[in-house]
Amino acid sequence: MATKTQPVTDGKATSLSNDEILRYSRHLIMPEVGMEGQLKLKNAKVLLIGTGGLGAPLGLYLAAAGVGRLGLVDFDVVDFTNLQRQVTFGTDDVGKHKSEAARARLSNLNPAIEIESFETQLTSANALELFKDFDIIVDGTDNFPTRYLVNDACILLGKPNVYGSIFRFEGQATVFGMPDGPCYRCLYPEPPPPGLVPSCAEGGVLGVLPGIVGSIQAMETIKLILGRGDSLAGRLLLFDALGMKFRELKLRKNPNCPMCGPNRTIHELIDYYEFCGVRGEEAPAPDIQVPEITPRELRARLDRGDDLFILDVREPHEYQICNLQGQLIPLGELPRRVHELDSSREIVAHCRSGKRSAEAVDFLRKAGFRKTLNLKGGILAWSDEVDPSVPKY
Amino acid sequence: MPVKVMIPTPLRVYAGKRDSAEFSAATVGEALGHLTREFADLRKHLYTEEGKLRSFVNVYVNDEDIRYLAKENTPTKDGDVVSIVPSIAGGSNELKS
Repeated sequence: MATKTQPVTDGKATSLSNDEILRYSRHLIMPEVGMEGQLKLKNAKVLLIGTGGLGAPLGLYLAAAGVGRLGLVDFDVVDFTNLQRQVTFGTDDVGKHKSEAARARLSNLNPAIEIESFETQLTSANALELFKDFDIIVDGTDNFPTRYLVNDACILLGKPNVYGSIFRFEGQATVFGMPDGPCYRCLYPEPPPPGLVPSCAEGGVLGVLPGIVGSIQAMETIKLILGRGDSLAGRLLLFDALGMKFRELKLRKNPNCPMCGPNRTIHELIDYYEFCGVRGEEAPAPDIQVPEITPRELRARLDRGDDLFILDVREPHEYQICNLQGQLIPLGELPRRVHELDSSREIVAHCRSGKRSAEAVDFLRKAGFRKTLNLKGGILAWSDEVDPSVPKY
Repeated sequence: MPVKVMIPTPLRVYAGKRDSAEFSAATVGEALGHLTREFADLRKHLYTEEGKLRSFVNVYVNDEDIRYLAKENTPTKDGDVVSIVPSIAGGSNELKS
């Protein structure tokens, strides 16, 4: 499971080689780092959870800075759409395991450090075992269950948790799990129920944002190792990239925190998918069952000259990427624009993947549009099965 | 100068895409009341059906968490900034639908 580059540190290094002295010279000439600080970096062991958007600058800067042992946990594979922001990876890495591709890139950047890749999903069963050999855990994951898991495992083991998260143009960063400092549960005692977080259709992220937030995490990690400066522990940094504003809020340790409070009620890792109410969502969510038409059937019927009304329920900016020349009514606007549709005609609704349009078909059929079908697999399937000139996104 | 309520990115879609709104309000509860009357879609994201602030929604007056002040009865004065801080989980945000 784990792949290592050459082990060069046993955590007790007391000197640097001449090559290392040259490599780290811009650190060594700073009084805030110096030889003492560089040796602290060399003896430090940092585990990165996630090697994606936040993990990219984290891995690059921590490796470059000479953190002696880096662990990389990721089970995912590099996808073409990752390259817009996950700057550790190159085009040649598409299809490779992220943890291994990142290990290769980082060991090329700095062959003098030990890098271990863990091609596995972090779970309640393996988290404590994985964390125990590292000094600092850095959370660069993308989902609530893993964030609560990372927090709880860090508190159980008494390890700092350098936290960062992003949403579109907005980022948050802090350090949890310091002695006497707050933990993630002090800030967010409970996760939002899945239905109340904005849907992925409104997602997306500007590529630079994880670069900025991940770099802040890297800086906090290095400050913890050096024991220098004022840590973000006890402060939540909010970053608004559109307004280019940084704000900070006070974070207090919750005296009633079930994890880090004096009356702790959680003593071991739990089932975090159940805790976050997303049990089963890992598998494809139970989609709404509505009558469907396949891309090939639709093509054949259009070629026959059948009178079909194509309804595109995506957002206007998606329509600009590619479209099937349908009428655009975003799913969110459908209820108030339903009068624009003719219930006597056959309607084929589509979106990107078929999920939003299934909701639209369900809504329309209940509203009396009986002759409404969902394009199975959406534009993605249309591109695969009928017209490869339509781009996938 | 009234109280400014900051609306976080994930909730702007329910608030006419606004990033903030200003109201005259003597308490945090009043300010949020004005906000959810102006943008009714926001209400279910901030309050339970029983009318209680949801536990995963953090509200701050300036840089202080109202949980450690007087909660929704925390007084506000002109020029205060009320921030709604939701949990966001993203590390890279994949498209899924």
